[in-house]
Amino acid sequence: MQYLHNIGTYFLMIIEMFRKPTKWSVMKELILKDIDDLIIGSLGIVAFIAFFVGGVVTIQTALNIDSPLIPKELIGFATRQSILLEFAPTFMSIIMAGKVGSFITSSIGTMRVTEQIDALEVMGINSINYLVFPKLIAMAFYPFVISIAMFLGVIGGLMACIYGGYASADDFITGIQQEFEPFHIVYAFIKTFLFAFVLATIPSFHGYYMKGGALEVGEASTTSFVWTSVTIILLNYLATQLLLS
Amino acid sequence: MIEVKNLHKSFGEAHILKGISQTFHQGKTNLIIGQSGSGKSVFLKCLLGLYDYEEGNIEYNGEVFANLSEDKKRDMRAKIGMVFQGSALFDSLTIEENVMFPLRMFTKLSKDEMRDRANIVLKRVNLEDAHKKMPSEASGGMQKRVAIARAIVNNPKYLFCDEPNSGLDPKTAIVIDNLIHEITEEYKITTVINTHDMNSVMEIGDSIMFLKDGLKAWEGTKDDIFRTDNEVVTDFVYSSNLFKKVREAILKENN
Repeated sequence: MQYLHNIGTYFLMIIEMFRKPTKWSVMKELILKDIDDLIIGSLGIVAFIAFFVGGVVTIQTALNIDSPLIPKELIGFATRQSILLEFAPTFMSIIMAGKVGSFITSSIGTMRVTEQIDALEVMGINSINYLVFPKLIAMAFYPFVISIAMFLGVIGGLMACIYGGYASADDFITGIQQEFEPFHIVYAFIKTFLFAFVLATIPSFHGYYMKGGALEVGEASTTSFVWTSVTIILLNYLATQLLLS
Repeated sequence: MIEVKNLHKSFGEAHILKGISQTFHQGKTNLIIGQSGSGKSVFLKCLLGLYDYEEGNIEYNGEVFANLSEDKKRDMRAKIGMVFQGSALFDSLTIEENVMFPLRMFTKLSKDEMRDRANIVLKRVNLEDAHKKMPSEASGGMQKRVAIARAIVNNPKYLFCDEPNSGLDPKTAIVIDNLIHEITEEYKITTVINTHDMNSVMEIGDSIMFLKDGLKAWEGTKDDIFRTDNEVVTDFVYSSNLFKKVREAILKENN
């Protein structure tokens, strides 16, 4: 029953987010700050992870090709498919649920504990619009982060391939270009937008409606990470079934 | 002036406020006192519109708050200043930005005009040098003064304070009490303070309401509280030996 209540409250929060908008001059600054915190602040870790995981995917693929009949281009092809279709949009989003999601839950949760949200409400400000809407708009730039992850993942794979001596750069690049389906990019970005919405709203929900003190802020961050990850995985399955099968 | 008529509030089975009626006068510091769990905070949150109530009315200068349209409620809230127990300053803003916040939300002043107004109010609470600090760099007393500055910056008609002295040393607590009292008289604000602090009661209690188990058990002024025979009040107010002796001395002097 509690799950149903929470799901209902979550959707009511989404509706409330679009009511009684905050003054644009204030909202503009909040959006820019959230872009800085959530998007720009994530680029470093995203670049690092994408580059090295791209390299590992390449090495694993290369090491598992034993037969001399399989062309070396397959290494580039497999790296591209893994990174574009799943690693960059989905698994990077789960990593972001830990980084961005925990940040959102703990910052809003702390505002709840320290009565800052009550202060906004007393002033007649729609606190959900003030706190959650800028995060949602900031996360609209999330595909930019994922594009960087895609690019650096493939570059990481290329580097690992060349310096590990698994195949030549020409073979790898030929593999990357092989049987390229532009719709795969569309599919990846549809998923990315869905995950961006989830990453902005579920952690906000857990922070906004938390009760208690500092300990509960920590618990809310953990719960938020779990539910954001579960939702991303389920949506990933649904989106893949609907768009690719 | 705020008039509360027969206010009832429950949480599930628990009946917290059981029909409270009270008038809070303009230009006076109106205190609500009572033991923990007596319903003070719930009463204050009902006044602020943070809680809905089942029965009764709250009128701000004759207007029933609950009956107002959303726009009018928002206008009304712009006239309310609130000092929270923990100050509730916005962590990500400097002290000056915190004070400017209500002006940014509710006025069309230019940034310079807002800054000037914020600096006037910060000066009023003796914090003219602290405006570039972050709230985390300020002491508890400073944070309370910033919260008062933020609450009065937009010239509110109503000021609410929830335990403004909690966590402060006695000297700072008196400074905060006197500041609220002076501001109330100076700006002719209707001030409602929720407190446990007996020093505040004795210092600034122009009008005092004592709550017990969700009911108004007593009302009077800081002078009346020395003379009252109401056992519920005397048990609470004179629970310490010091206050008992102070009371005896005052009564002896008056007689």
